[in-house]
Amino acid sequence: VNPDLASERQTASFSVEKLTAWLDGGAEHTRIRRAVVEAIESDPVFSRENQYFQSQNERYEAAVRKAVHLQIKMREMGWTENGPESKYIYRALSGDFAFLLHRVFMRSIVVLGSDKQIAKWIPLATQYRVIGSYAQTELGHGTYLQGLETTAVFDITTQEFILNTPTISAMKWWPGDMGRSATHTVVFAQLYIHGKCYGVHPFIVQIRSLQDHSLCPGITAGDIGPKMSFEHTDNGYLMLQKVHVPRENMLNKFCEVQPDGTYVTRGTEKINYFPMTTVRISIISDEVIIPLMKACTIAIRYSVVRRQSKLNPGEQEAKILDYQTQQEKLLPQLAAAYAFHFINNYLQEQLDRGYKEVQRKNFDTLPELHACSSGFKAMVTQYCTSAVEVCLRACGGHGYSLLSGLPSLYTKILASCIYEGENTILLLQTARFLIKCFMAASAGQPIPPSVTYLAAVKPGKCPAKSKLDFLNPDIYIEAYQHTAVRLISSTAAKLQDIIQSGVKKYDAWNQCTVQLVQAAKAHCHYISVENFAETVEKLETKPAIQKIMKHLCDLFALHGIFSNAGLFLHDGYLSGAQMDMVTASYLDLLAVIRKDAVPLVDAFDFTDKSLNSALGSYDGQAYQRLYEWAQKSPTNKQISPAYEKYLKPLLHNTLSKL
Amino acid sequence: EALVLNDPDFQHEDLNFLSRSQRYEQAIRKSALMVMKLREYGIADPEEIYWFKSFVHRGRPEPLDLHLGMFLPTLLTQATPEQQDRFFMPAWNLEIIGTYAQTEMGHGTHLRGLETTATYDPATQEFILNSPTVTSIKWWPGGLGKTSNHAIVLAQLYTQGQCKGLHAFIVPIRQLGTHEPLPGITVGDIGPKFGYDEMDNGYLKMDNFRIPRENMLMKYAQVEPDGTYVKPLSDKLTYGTMVFIRSLIVGDSAHSLSRACTIAIRYSAVRHQSELKPGEPEPQILDYQTQQYKLFPLLATAYAFHFVGAYIKDTYRRISGDIDEGDLSELPELHALTAGLKAFTSWTANAGIEECRMACENTVMMLQTARFLVKSYTQVSSGQQVTGMVSYLNDLPRQRIQPQQVAARSVTVRINDPLSLVEAYKARAARLVEAAAKNLQTELNHRKSKEDAWNRTSVDLVRASEAHCHYVIVKLFAAKLSEISNAAVRAVLTELCLLYALYGIIKNTGDFLQAGILTDAQITQVYQRVKELLAVIRPNAVALVDSFDFHDVHLGSVLGRYDGNVYENMFEWAKKSPLNQKEVHESFHKHLKPMQAKL
Repeated sequence: VNPDLASERQTASFSVEKLTAWLDGGAEHTRIRRAVVEAIESDPVFSRENQYFQSQNERYEAAVRKAVHLQIKMREMGWTENGPESKYIYRALSGDFAFLLHRVFMRSIVVLGSDKQIAKWIPLATQYRVIGSYAQTELGHGTYLQGLETTAVFDITTQEFILNTPTISAMKWWPGDMGRSATHTVVFAQLYIHGKCYGVHPFIVQIRSLQDHSLCPGITAGDIGPKMSFEHTDNGYLMLQKVHVPRENMLNKFCEVQPDGTYVTRGTEKINYFPMTTVRISIISDEVIIPLMKACTIAIRYSVVRRQSKLNPGEQEAKILDYQTQQEKLLPQLAAAYAFHFINNYLQEQLDRGYKEVQRKNFDTLPELHACSSGFKAMVTQYCTSAVEVCLRACGGHGYSLLSGLPSLYTKILASCIYEGENTILLLQTARFLIKCFMAASAGQPIPPSVTYLAAVKPGKCPAKSKLDFLNPDIYIEAYQHTAVRLISSTAAKLQDIIQSGVKKYDAWNQCTVQLVQAAKAHCHYISVENFAETVEKLETKPAIQKIMKHLCDLFALHGIFSNAGLFLHDGYLSGAQMDMVTASYLDLLAVIRKDAVPLVDAFDFTDKSLNSALGSYDGQAYQRLYEWAQKSPTNKQISPAYEKYLKPLLHNTLSKL
Repeated sequence: EALVLNDPDFQHEDLNFLSRSQRYEQAIRKSALMVMKLREYGIADPEEIYWFKSFVHRGRPEPLDLHLGMFLPTLLTQATPEQQDRFFMPAWNLEIIGTYAQTEMGHGTHLRGLETTATYDPATQEFILNSPTVTSIKWWPGGLGKTSNHAIVLAQLYTQGQCKGLHAFIVPIRQLGTHEPLPGITVGDIGPKFGYDEMDNGYLKMDNFRIPRENMLMKYAQVEPDGTYVKPLSDKLTYGTMVFIRSLIVGDSAHSLSRACTIAIRYSAVRHQSELKPGEPEPQILDYQTQQYKLFPLLATAYAFHFVGAYIKDTYRRISGDIDEGDLSELPELHALTAGLKAFTSWTANAGIEECRMACENTVMMLQTARFLVKSYTQVSSGQQVTGMVSYLNDLPRQRIQPQQVAARSVTVRINDPLSLVEAYKARAARLVEAAAKNLQTELNHRKSKEDAWNRTSVDLVRASEAHCHYVIVKLFAAKLSEISNAAVRAVLTELCLLYALYGIIKNTGDFLQAGILTDAQITQVYQRVKELLAVIRPNAVALVDSFDFHDVHLGSVLGRYDGNVYENMFEWAKKSPLNQKEVHESFHKHLKPMQAKL
């Protein structure tokens, strides 16, 4: 181990092992997680060693190979889809395997299909007799389902639906696993019976032959080309020309077309939101928080190994983590990684509770859950994407090398801001809920638990008198609460004003959207801070861990005030002098947390293989590894292809007689 | 432009579908051709070369960048006439292809920290070059991996048993003719990066590699045959090349940002999504306020940076004239300004990453600017006047005598007047520079070490530098407006200038409120005004990006096409993906089918 890193571990103020166990939810979970990681990483088929040197074709092939091998591995190890191991498998594989959409295909059949349809398709899918995908998005249309253009016309004579892609913008575009792998896909299309449109419905469509995998008649499909990340996934396009599917292939738990063309609906459509909510919450943990934790681990370990310039004359070059500016970049991101880990626990609890209510046919919690999952998905993905970028830049030039692992974490997390609902749209959904609750509260009506603070608006000033007062959670939580209420109430008032001046409701809404987005973010930020503080409070049996978590909580809260000073100063809730106190406390905390920075990332417990970073390994031998890995680059194994053809004539000046 | 676009030699397949090796090969092919064509057309003016080059490579870096941009200029500025005779013409004719090897694996901008050594051996009159540790391996230089046969290497000079600091040496690394690495040289490509696939950034390790005494660049410092060291006149000069590079980066940030804006704004005019009004067709997404709020401030920023880039280039040209005549007095301000603006613009534009590596990391840049600001502030406090962009600091002492002045000043800011906003930015910069300087003083009073105090204030110092650069940019933008003679153009650029300045206030409300430059009520007005400006600029948005005049080939974007035929072309483009080359991918036979058989 690099002595610069070893020395960091000797001064930890808490036990790393105990913190890891607490983060996992108990030592038993840590044990299972490590066993899963060990089983997968020791298997050469799952190796990611050459990942950074592979072409798109090679990455795709490796992803398919891993997905296939995983089925065998799971049997061999006795792991099941619902077992305690399953949630760790994804983390251990770092997401680089195919058939994620196959699962979405199965889930959509389970949720939207009748019992008969489930009985027919799920066994086939489980045994991979069919490989599925999920085709909703079109080239010209995204989340707005009503805008989709693909059509499915019911033909009574043959008892079939005829599916068509009427325009180029109606082509299905982006679905994963569809470009090369899938044999079937769930297609969302506008249903027409007797010339009347009944809106968007899901249909199971076979796109490739089960014998030789060639495209079925009427189907045009392929890969959409290189993206910023996800080289391993064959995101695809799909064009349908008079494709016939049997009547039984429309997923018909909630609505059905009978043989004579009669359209029947049953149940509530609200439940359609529930799968989306589940997906959004699962993204937060797997696709967003884990990449941020990895990025923090890499950047912080590297920052104690890297030495640059001198702090004091005569001494050796200093560790870059000893520079205040470096601390101010990285430590708030570390605090955020913890904050969002706890928010994820909070959301998971909300979801479990909501699910129980739904089982009992009580759908009242769904609006709150939907607003909550939308807002946090947007806020957390946006925050974490910026945070990973900060980590990348904080590593200077070496962070820009793919071998650091940071560019692939960044491109991956960046995508999370876009898929499963574009962030601005999601924040506006949260804002709609907040405005509604605020109006209800003003009218004295009951409102859901997470927003009760909207009813208790108390104008006033922050009571803090010294910088130490800002280390009191009650003080900063109230500041966040106050700011969120102010933004929500002032936007609500403005919306009312505009509407009363005679502007149409939807025009008024568009004129307020920039502020509505701001209000929704402030609400989520407030809940994150409060939840962090509550999590810290519950830690009283573990004093050492509680102490360091309290520091991180303070840092997370004060960083937010420091970086959004205007919001807190705006109505004079905080004074200029108080803002200076916030800054002073905030900067003091950096030096305190600095001492535990390495143990705090060690506690995330990522193996070197899962980090796959030349800079961030546990032993801190960053430079040796960087040199070793660079030599593996295929460009170094072959003679420069350009030399004989172009460089040689150039060097020998034989290209021209000039 | 037409010269390049119509030349069939410069056509190639879509880069997005090529592997790194293929992209490198294409880049080399085009570079080789480019050099020949430049000579053929007799293009020699640096500005024209720059445009020609940027069209050949569509604004991407290329393996010969360091040869043209660093190796040749360094020879010109730091080689003796004898060395120029020996190296310049072969390099000009590309018999010698060179790169510039400064950065080491473990060391960046802190030049004194570099570990590579060059030890003089008077017996053979040679320098012995060594990479003593892993961290001392030269790492990142462009064109080093596979292309170059020479490098200018920066190394610690040892002679007569003493270290004389960093000096530059011309080192041959590959055999002329066979292109094989020379004995004692280990050289290769550093592997894939986030971008810049066509560039062979390289590593270089030297083991007791000997070069003749005459290969040290000796225009300033010299080593005589017996090993006696002769000192240069000023060591500030080594920074000259870096200042030049940074000034180019500022312009490049503007360029990249303009391209990105062109693509995003054109696509937002073509893309329709959701409903604004029930029953109507899906509107253009550029009609959504949130989308305007995302894109228009960036558009305004692109214009602002464009003007700053032009300003810096002019200043550099003017000052380098003085330097040639031995007048170094303006170099410190230029150094401070390019450092800060480089960091500020590339932070904002998120470009210049290869350059970030060369010119090191942004925070370090900001702190260099801060050092200059604090120095100027100290001068003012001790009663001296300062000149140039920091002259606003001269007003500080006066303001302190009349504290009421501060509060009174706020009402005078007129949010529709660019010049008044310049004053607001000036006040903010002055306040933050003063606060940082005072905090630094407080720390100094508490602690013994100056370095410790500096480190504990560095977050404040970076903020002060940012505020200073922000002020400079707003000031230059506002000043530019009066130079525009066409009334319609001036009107639309005034709107952009206001948006740029007001958006900056929104993003930093805390600074303006805390200093009492603006009141709560004014901030609310600023918000309102920004939203109005979005609607005002909306009709001109596409025209404003069209004005950047990027050719479709240069944009290289399916979404940003001039004709807006986005969807048709995305489909055409996707069909070319290598994954689509065969209808049934080989992995079906290799993996999928066997699995289906097994399960």
